[in-house]
Amino acid sequence: MPIKLSSSALKQTHWYEYAVRFALGGLATVVAGLIGSRFGVSVGGLFLALPAIFCASATLIESHERRAKEKAGLNGQRRGQQAAALDAAGAGLGSIGLAAFAAVFYVVVSTSAIGAFIAAVLAWAAVSVLAWWLRRKLRVTSRTERAGRIRPSANSRSTVP
Amino acid sequence: MTEYLVRFVAGGLIVSAFAILGDMLRPKSFAGLLGAAPSVALATLGIAVVQHGPQYAAAASWTMIYGAIALGCYSLAVCQLLMRFRLGALPATILAFAVWFVVAFGLLAGLGGAA
Repeated sequence: MPIKLSSSALKQTHWYEYAVRFALGGLATVVAGLIGSRFGVSVGGLFLALPAIFCASATLIESHERRAKEKAGLNGQRRGQQAAALDAAGAGLGSIGLAAFAAVFYVVVSTSAIGAFIAAVLAWAAVSVLAWWLRRKLRVTSRTERAGRIRPSANSRSTVP
Repeated sequence: MTEYLVRFVAGGLIVSAFAILGDMLRPKSFAGLLGAAPSVALATLGIAVVQHGPQYAAAASWTMIYGAIALGCYSLAVCQLLMRFRLGALPATILAFAVWFVVAFGLLAGLGGAA
C-alpha cells in the first residue's frame, strides 16, 4: 500500500478538535517545563516523551471511524477500536525514532545546537520510517512463507494416491 | 509568566502541526508514527538550550530516551487493551499511562540520569 497525503480527512475534523489538540500540546509543554524546574532535569527529560495528546488523537480516530461506519448503517464500534489500535501500533514504531531523536540530540548538542535539532529530526524521520517499512516487509514475508508452506502439502495430497 | 506563555504557544503549534499531518497521511499505521513525533521535545529543548545551555539540554535528552522506551511500551499496552480487552480508545489510553510511568521511572531508577 503506497503512502498517501490527502486533505479530505481534514474535513472530518471539527474546529474544536484542533483546539483541544492545541491546548493539550501547549499544556504538556508547560507541564514538562514545570516538572523540569521542580524535580530536576532528569525527571523533566522523561516528560519530553510523554504521550500527551495520544488520548485525544486515539479518541478522535475512533469516533471518526465509528461515525463513518454508522453512516453506512453498520455498528462501527469495532472498526473504531481497530483504527485506534493501528494508530497505537504506528506510535510504537515511532517511539524507536523518538529514542533515536534523543540519542542524536544528546551527542550533537554540545557541538552545535541548530545542528543537533536538524540531525535529531532527520534521525527521527529516518528511523521511524525504516521501522515501519521493516515491520511491513517482515509481516508480508512471514505471510508468504506460511502460504508457501501450505501449498506444497496441498499439492502432494492431490497428486500422491 | 512570559516563559510559560511561550512554552504553551510553541508546544500547541508544534503538536497541532504534527497532528494535522498525521490526519492527512494514509495508511493509518504510517500516520501513527506521528503519534510519537518529538513535538513537546522540540519546544522544550529549544527553550532549554536558550535558557540553560547545551549541557542542560543534553541531560534532558538522555532521560528522554527512557521516556521514548516507555512510550513504546505504552503504545503496545494501548494496542492490547483495544484489541484483546475491547476497551474504548479513551479508557485504554488513560489506563496505559500506568505502564508509561512504571517503565519511565523504573528505567530512571535503574540506570540513572546523564553523567
